[in-house]
Amino acid sequence: MSDTTIKPRIEKAPVLERITTALPIALVPVLAVLGFVAIGDPAAWLTLTVAGLAMGLMIFIMASGLTVVFGLMDVINFGHGAFISVGAFVGFSILIWLGGWTASSSVFLNLAAVFLAILVSMVATGLMGYAFERVIVMPVYGQHLKQILVTMGGLIVAQQLIHVFWGPDEIHVARPESLRGSIVIGEAAIEKYRLVAVGIGVALFLAMRHVLKSTKIGLLVRAGVENGEMVEALGYRIRRLFLIVFMVGSALAGLGGVMWGLYQETITAHMGSEIMVLVFIVVIIGGLGSVEGCFIGALLVGLLSNYTAFLAPKVALVSTIALMVIILMWRPQGLYPVVKAK
Amino acid sequence: MKEPLLTLSGVHTHIGPYHILQGVDLVVPKGGVSVLLGRNGAGKTTTLRTIMGLWQASEGTILFEGQDITKLPTPEISRAGIAFVPEDMGIFTDLTVAENMTLAAARGPLDPDRLEWIKTLFPPIRTFWESSAGTLSGGQKQMLSVARAIIEPRKLILIDEPTKGLAPAIIKAMSDALLELKETDTTILLVEQNFSMASAVGDTVSVMDDGHIVHAGEMAELAGDARMQERLMGLSLEAHQ
Ligand SMILES: Nc1ncnc2c1ncn2[C@@H]1O[C@H](COP(=O)(O)OP(=O)(O)OP(=O)(O)O)[C@@H](O)[C@H]1O
Ligand SMILES: [Mg+2]
Repeated sequence: MSDTTIKPRIEKAPVLERITTALPIALVPVLAVLGFVAIGDPAAWLTLTVAGLAMGLMIFIMASGLTVVFGLMDVINFGHGAFISVGAFVGFSILIWLGGWTASSSVFLNLAAVFLAILVSMVATGLMGYAFERVIVMPVYGQHLKQILVTMGGLIVAQQLIHVFWGPDEIHVARPESLRGSIVIGEAAIEKYRLVAVGIGVALFLAMRHVLKSTKIGLLVRAGVENGEMVEALGYRIRRLFLIVFMVGSALAGLGGVMWGLYQETITAHMGSEIMVLVFIVVIIGGLGSVEGCFIGALLVGLLSNYTAFLAPKVALVSTIALMVIILMWRPQGLYPVVKAK
Repeated sequence: MKEPLLTLSGVHTHIGPYHILQGVDLVVPKGGVSVLLGRNGAGKTTTLRTIMGLWQASEGTILFEGQDITKLPTPEISRAGIAFVPEDMGIFTDLTVAENMTLAAARGPLDPDRLEWIKTLFPPIRTFWESSAGTLSGGQKQMLSVARAIIEPRKLILIDEPTKGLAPAIIKAMSDALLELKETDTTILLVEQNFSMASAVGDTVSVMDDGHIVHAGEMAELAGDARMQERLMGLSLEAHQ
């Protein structure tokens, strides 16, 4: 067999491919520039941009698990918000319990308290994800309508359980000392906590990318999103892989819940289902199953929400829905359509 | 008759409301290439998918090396030593050729000697090692799909129409590769509509129609008997030459 008979005609494809891959990424700076033009005031713009990135990254953390869960097993989990709420409540319980540390002026004790709160909450929501997958999701593989009903049922049960354990009222917790206040750059005041949220979000995105691109389990996830049957035919138990992904996704939702709670300094049993509107928008904009798309979608939604909240508060939520409609008109499968071979 | 490696007895498969396989009896002897022929829609792909556990047989048994694999989940069937090259090739287009191969080596790291042999068998695997598998041509994807199936030693490989839509030169390359593969102790069950290819590589042959096996015997016998070919497969063979 000689190479000449099978010369590929791919010389041109990569360039085009690179352009179409890069286009969605360019939307983020484009939106930032548009925001700058519309807002006019550099200080206000900087504050809003950091706020938008922080919000977007927190949504990304909550949404990333959901999109992979959908991509891998075609499971629509309307109960995902439960992990956000439970994560927030567990995390806040730890913060209240460690009240001495959070009130202390030691940065180390402050951060240790937050770290512990996040850790415990992620373990708790990860385990809850295990139970949720085994009991609620597993019996309804491949049946979308039942998935919607059953996972919504799971969400309601989880919300009621929060009321049972923590009572019906919302809970307030002030952020630890060192995460309060702002840094002033020129005339712009940037909340410290938002910078922390941006840092965690970016670090997490990079870590996820690394896992997906360079580890065997990441390869399996990407392969499974495209063609689960073939992954099984190669000898891998995709259900087990899915369970792991489901648990990780749940734990990330829990992390997002703690971070969002610290951002608002108030948590309720319904916070998860409220944020889920934005989470679903982000997942749809990004392309169901795509982590990269989810990341870009989250940044776009975060920025746009903050810009419009400043420019025209009444249209804030409408604007994100309009963004989704526009993007779907451009790319009906989302920014990064995931190839499905089913 | 050589000892059987795979035996299907009275296998029925339903897909939703449709009764597709209606009592398939098929024996794949150990060693060599067994060809499964039949017109479009006869149930060849369904047979391979049922063996692989991707469809569940509703009745009948599938024995592999004497072990009942009828109810085993697909990953277990794969681990028992059966590889599958599906009709649509099942390439992970989002991954590189290298990553496709890495995943195919499910039981450990890539064996460098074996990989070298595969790269000689299918040169594009070497040329496009770091390329995204989605950019490969149809023939190259087909080679990758077969390469994945043989990256680890297998007892049985199920290959579904590897020459579909390929140019003659690549068909030749593919059948050369299968002939070489035959020399290893791998058994191949090949679904093929291209009769010249099928008769070139096949040792035994079974012909399917309407969810049944309607003929089983030596390939040489069928290849030498034009009237039998005519009777068993009608015009479908010429149409695919
Ligand atoms: N997913 C499915 N749902 C419903 N019917 C199916 C499905 N897959 C196959 N069939 C039907 O089962 C029958 C056998 O199909 P199968 O794919 O096994 O045929 P084949 O012999 O492989 O044909 P070809 O040569 O065209 O590949 C056909 O009538 C087909 O329409
Ligand atoms: Mg077929």
